[in-house]
Amino acid sequence: MIRFEAVTRRFLGGQEALSGLTFAVDTGDMVFVTGHSGAGKSTLLKLIALIDRPTSGQVIVDGQNTRRVQRRKIPGYRRQIGMVFQDHKLLYDRPVADNVALPLVIAGTGPRETGRRVRAALEQVGLLHKERQKPQTLSAGEQQRVGIARAIVSRPKLLIADEPTGNLDPDLSLEVMRIFRRFNEVGVTLMIASHDIALIDRLGCRRIELEAGRLARADADEQPPLWP
Amino acid sequence: MAVSRHQNAVAPLRTRDPVSTWFGRHASISVASLKQLARAPFSSFMIIGVIGLTLALPTALHVLVTNAQAISGTWDDALDFSVFLADELDLAAAERLATLIEQRADVERVTLVSAAQALAEFRERSGLGTALDQLANNPLPHTLLIRPAGLNTPETMALLREELEHLSETAAVQIDTDWVARFHAILDLIDQGIGIGAALLGLAIVVIIGNTIRLDVENRRDEIEVSKLIGASDGFVRRPFLWSGGWLGVLGGTLAVGLVEGGLVLLDAPMTRLAGLYDGNVDLVGLTLREAGLAIGLGASLGLIGSWSAASRHMRAIEPG
Repeated sequence: MIRFEAVTRRFLGGQEALSGLTFAVDTGDMVFVTGHSGAGKSTLLKLIALIDRPTSGQVIVDGQNTRRVQRRKIPGYRRQIGMVFQDHKLLYDRPVADNVALPLVIAGTGPRETGRRVRAALEQVGLLHKERQKPQTLSAGEQQRVGIARAIVSRPKLLIADEPTGNLDPDLSLEVMRIFRRFNEVGVTLMIASHDIALIDRLGCRRIELEAGRLARADADEQPPLWP
Repeated sequence: MAVSRHQNAVAPLRTRDPVSTWFGRHASISVASLKQLARAPFSSFMIIGVIGLTLALPTALHVLVTNAQAISGTWDDALDFSVFLADELDLAAAERLATLIEQRADVERVTLVSAAQALAEFRERSGLGTALDQLANNPLPHTLLIRPAGLNTPETMALLREELEHLSETAAVQIDTDWVARFHAILDLIDQGIGIGAALLGLAIVVIIGNTIRLDVENRRDEIEVSKLIGASDGFVRRPFLWSGGWLGVLGGTLAVGLVEGGLVLLDAPMTRLAGLYDGNVDLVGLTLREAGLAIGLGASLGLIGSWSAASRHMRAIEPG
């Protein structure tokens, strides 16, 4: 589903966020990207979402080389990917249901189908009863779940999440991870950037650990965790 | 909170056919952007007012010219000649000549104003009164007022004039209505001038709407960024701004038409009174349906141009990153 081949992202000052990074994620996998702040987790996800482009190397997503995606094709490309953000990126001037519906509105889905899918997505994150509320009346965990509902409402094959539990307490974090797990069980490939090692180890998923833009360890099963 | 397993998570999104999608989107966005204007009624009204006044100016001038043309158009059949006869010609000869000219096919009517009549009229109008009694004899000649037939063309008119000038009894021929032609030329000039002025004012409207949309884009920065993040195309992001600009233009154009028509209603009574003083019957001509539609359509086009350029330029700067 995702393949990085010798990917380097160098910023203008010459500082490298990613240095010759190579890895692959199979379809149906649930993979965590870990590492300290500044290790390159966000940059890695941005390259997948085409928010950023590599300085050299190839990023191949679902058989598509992102290098060949022209600027005006980026919207269509992004519609195939569900994205969850640490700061939720919700629109606070409209109710929860409208936030979740946004990807379907963009895709031009009919109103009846949209309503049906929005309710289904909200039900999956347990927020159907709050569909008419404005996001600011919700807790941080609930807002994050709204963001997740929005990411999955168009049923993407791939979902990427940047620190989705960054602002949540352990219980809420576990709840969010459980939701992700359930999507993974129905076939969605997930790539989640997180520094919550304890939580990831509890889930027993594969880890791609970054250290200064390079692969520190590719798989939790191959090497013992640094912090048991 | 159960994920139903039978729900196919990787099913491609089903979209409607492109045409109904397009119409559906535009219908809902048009209503949404109208509601958005209504949410800030004061500032919306101010902008619409400025656009309306700006559009009303050339529209009103155009109506003015149209009415002037309509009124002066009725003078066209009054292209009378004054033929001043030679001093030595007596009244009987003048009467004979009048009868003779009246028989021409290109002449409708000849009125003889005798020298005595002319002096009496002059005495009355000039207010010189008894001062004229000091004159030893009447210095005025007999005059024929000639009303050409209606079927004359400018060429036959010129011919008629030439023939009248060459009569041995004629001292001078004067066309009283040269100024009508000049007046028409002036009106045409004003009409053209309105076109140029309207183009400049149109540019002003594009700038006004563009600036409004620029602020709008700035205010909706978050929305634009999030929409782009989850796959909105430039066209999708631009669409509500185009509708806002279009609505401002349409409402401004409608206001302009309303202002002009309202002004005509106010002018109608004094105009009728004025026309009554000249024994005339003048109906003020308002905007035709086509002209009103043109004004509103012009507003809409300017709104679209302004919002398109502003939205395209400013939203490009908003990229997720």
